Amino acid sequence: MWRPINVPLSRKDILRLSCGDKVLLNGYVYTARDMAHRRFFTALQKNKKLPVSLKGQVVYYTGPTPAPRGRIIGACGPTTSSRMDSFTPVLLKSGLKGTIGKGERSIETVRAIKKYKAIYFVTVGGAGAYLAGCVVEARVIAYRDLGPEAIFRLKIRDLPVIVAIDSSGMDIFNKRKK
Amino acid sequence: MDVKQIEKAVEQLCLKANFYLRKDVARALKHALKIETSSTGKEILKILIENEAIARRRILPLCQDTGMVIVFLEIGQGVRIKGGSIEKAVNRGAARAYRRGSFRASVVKDPLIRINTGNNTPVVIHTKIVPGARIKIHVTPKGFGSENMSSISMLKPTARQDEIIDYILDVVKKAGGKACPPIILGIGIGGTMEKAGVLSKEALLRPIDRSNPKKHLMKLEREILKRVNGLGLGPMGLGGKVTCLGVNILTYPTHIAGLPVAVSLSCHALRGGKIVL
Repeated sequence: MWRPINVPLSRKDILRLSCGDKVLLNGYVYTARDMAHRRFFTALQKNKKLPVSLKGQVVYYTGPTPAPRGRIIGACGPTTSSRMDSFTPVLLKSGLKGTIGKGERSIETVRAIKKYKAIYFVTVGGAGAYLAGCVVEARVIAYRDLGPEAIFRLKIRDLPVIVAIDSSGMDIFNKRKK
Repeated sequence: MDVKQIEKAVEQLCLKANFYLRKDVARALKHALKIETSSTGKEILKILIENEAIARRRILPLCQDTGMVIVFLEIGQGVRIKGGSIEKAVNRGAARAYRRGSFRASVVKDPLIRINTGNNTPVVIHTKIVPGARIKIHVTPKGFGSENMSSISMLKPTARQDEIIDYILDVVKKAGGKACPPIILGIGIGGTMEKAGVLSKEALLRPIDRSNPKKHLMKLEREILKRVNGLGLGPMGLGGKVTCLGVNILTYPTHIAGLPVAVSLSCHALRGGKIVL
């Protein structure tokens, strides 16, 4: 049912994955949520470099709780993806290949996912404690001043996600709504 | 009564709320797994049940969004409070819990300037003065994925029950997978605009498996629950039978010209607890 796949994603994997597939992600992702997106966006507008290259990468929308002593990371479930919608097409254009969050995306984002052959996964909102168990390494690499909204590089093992929008633009939420 | 007692109580309630899912909700999730037919929906519910068990061992909070803390204070008019400000005591208690529990500080000082206060305070306090000589404290941390999808509408006084239900269904549809379904609906009907809003939050305090004592509201709750689950949104909005775990309604008298209806959406991680001092 659930099948493992590596991140960053290969082009072949992106094209092969389709809406509704259940996948366990293994490898590296970057976290970013509202404020980090606003900073990315401003940087791109000014033709400045991002603090981390997102080319070919996958971004996980999460703002973890602080790691208790002896643990790698705190609770780290997904936050609502649609808040990032106004920034996502630009990031996809600049090379971002995948996003992980929860809930529906705007039509502009769906179109951009199709256009740039990217992918959108959802994971289980509210399962912060469970999902923390899928993180084997966590390091803040930029925007430390943003606290929980800083950019972390996470090494993940078997993070359960479901393909919500595939590279052909098929959207699990709209399919359901008909 | 010394404010220190209140401070301590709030601290304990905040700690407990973020590690232990409400028992009524935990039971509802287990029942949901039995009746859900979508395979993806079942997988999600299994993960949520496992998540509850991990958090219960106080390893990590249930959700990374440890919420903005809402505190309902019922203060008996016979109570004399000493030792300082009750509001400050409540905030000190919450701040200590969020530090001790390694919970996320999610509150910004100014909604426009947006600098994090670093300790998840201030909390939102609703105070009621009641007869008696006790203080009842109810703490419920509210995550904002679902809070962002909450809504209020000033319906016409002549609105039929169907129009009220349609409005609520619209709110749930718009929320879709964003509010972390299966959701719980707190509905406030009547009063004024702000009264309905507070009622909708207060409604969430009632265990979802305890029937509404008012018969007409109990019937309305069941009807709404049936219709919401008929939407087919399912766990995380990916399709399924279980969209909503419970509907709680509270009402208040209102004006001849109006019918305020407020809907507080809660994600499945409905947290909270109370104590009487």
